[in-house]
Amino acid sequence: MASSDTRQGTGPAADPAGAADAAGAWQQDPFAAAYPESSEFWAAAAQGRLLLPTCTDCGKAHWYPRVVCPLCGSADLAWSEASGRGTLYAFSPARRADPPYILAYVTLDEGPTLMTNIVDARFEDLRIGQAVSVRFQPAAEGRMMPFFALA
Amino acid sequence: MTIKGSAYVVGAFEHPTRLAPDKSVAQLHAECALGALADAGLALSDVDGYFCAGDAPGAAPMWMADYLNLKLSWLDGTEAGGCSYLAHIEHAAAAIAAGKCSVALITLAGKPRSSGQATGTAPRALGPDRPEVPWESSFRWTIAGIYGMMAQRHMHEYGTTLEQLAWIKVAASRHAQHNPNALLRKPVSVEDVMNSPVISDPIRRLDCCVITDGGGALVLAKPEIARRIDRPRVKIIGCGETIATNRGGYIDLTRTGAERSGAAAFAEAGVRPADIDYASVYDNFTIMVLMQLEDLGFCAKGEGGRFVADGNLVSGTGSLPWNTDGGGLCNNHPMNRGGITKAVEAIRQLRGEAHPAVQVKDCRLALASGPGLVVGSGHNHATVIFERE
Repeated sequence: MASSDTRQGTGPAADPAGAADAAGAWQQDPFAAAYPESSEFWAAAAQGRLLLPTCTDCGKAHWYPRVVCPLCGSADLAWSEASGRGTLYAFSPARRADPPYILAYVTLDEGPTLMTNIVDARFEDLRIGQAVSVRFQPAAEGRMMPFFALA
Repeated sequence: MTIKGSAYVVGAFEHPTRLAPDKSVAQLHAECALGALADAGLALSDVDGYFCAGDAPGAAPMWMADYLNLKLSWLDGTEAGGCSYLAHIEHAAAAIAAGKCSVALITLAGKPRSSGQATGTAPRALGPDRPEVPWESSFRWTIAGIYGMMAQRHMHEYGTTLEQLAWIKVAASRHAQHNPNALLRKPVSVEDVMNSPVISDPIRRLDCCVITDGGGALVLAKPEIARRIDRPRVKIIGCGETIATNRGGYIDLTRTGAERSGAAAFAEAGVRPADIDYASVYDNFTIMVLMQLEDLGFCAKGEGGRFVADGNLVSGTGSLPWNTDGGGLCNNHPMNRGGITKAVEAIRQLRGEAHPAVQVKDCRLALASGPGLVVGSGHNHATVIFERE
């Protein structure tokens, strides 16, 4: 269940020194620091792996991560590695932003739908239901975020 | 236990301003409070319950209570975004029913227009305190972007068209032409809406509500006090409040909290959607009106497009007179929060005080309903049903 996207190597992570910085950058990120219970997610994300909080009792994955299963109420959760694959649920471009970007919801093959941006795509080429795969990119604050691109 | 009939709306006020650079937010709250109390024939000294939301100075009731020097036995600062004030109606009625207060004041005010806020199109700079933010902030979501995706999904699942959505704006504009205080008074056509610039596909500029300074206030009272006031009496007969969460990631962008807040309000009131003479339904974007009308039960799920088309929401000709003040789409959306103006126009209709061109004949039952905030692409939701005695 490898989730790292080979096309990721065009960003800072292609540079070995940069990769080292990116791998640890999440630890300085205030959004990651505020939720120590999710550190494992950000550490895996820095390695290009997408973890999903998954309930040991009901068996379902949920999004966003939290310490209680929002589907059944159990506190017995574990991180499971996701395929990184999903389908486009909805999308809307911010045309006037500089640079423009495409806000989207992606439904993961494991079930949950998450907010993301679709990268390296033209709005005109996108359709609901298209296959997409994760492509981690750094947040301004340092943590690696699950962006998506057409599969 | 029910709150049905335990409280009346005795005062309602919509601030006439739409641009107030020379007034503080506290001043606007105070002017709204005085306006609603004057409408009720009551004074600040009569108020013993005070309700406000995140727009109030200090984002809690204490500061305006001190400013107005209120003598309170009940304070409520429930923050539920734009529908807060509809939720406050329910909370105030419950407090009155429990004997905790007798005269409840609800205020809303703010100045997003004069402060140049790009309410719908600018990503919010949120800190990490809200638990969903670390997972979303990098994606620069905007309100128009979220509602664009809602519209896209509804069109995808049900075949709803842009022309059908445009009819909602057309209806609002036909009402707003009669409202001298409305920000946008010019009637528009379906073509005007379709040809307006794209904001966030498929939403166009005229699918969006206005951004205005201003505010409003309501005064609720127990029956003994309401009976002493020489005005048509408007009774609260049903309320519902809920949150549509993001369902742990199993979202459905085509469904709104109106499913639950509406069902609760109708059940408490003991009436059906077909009984409603007038409906104020929150119109931050045209798509949200359409989805709420479905979820409130005015038509079947997926039938909203056909329901709103061809002027069916226009007072006098359509089957459901809606937002006869011009709503948030044309009249007013003070502090980006439409809840209180929804209630105010419902009160005007029930009292027979709406503009004669849009007044519903013998309006006896009215509904006010709306969402608040964006919560993981869910939202809060509240519905109130009023009856004229």
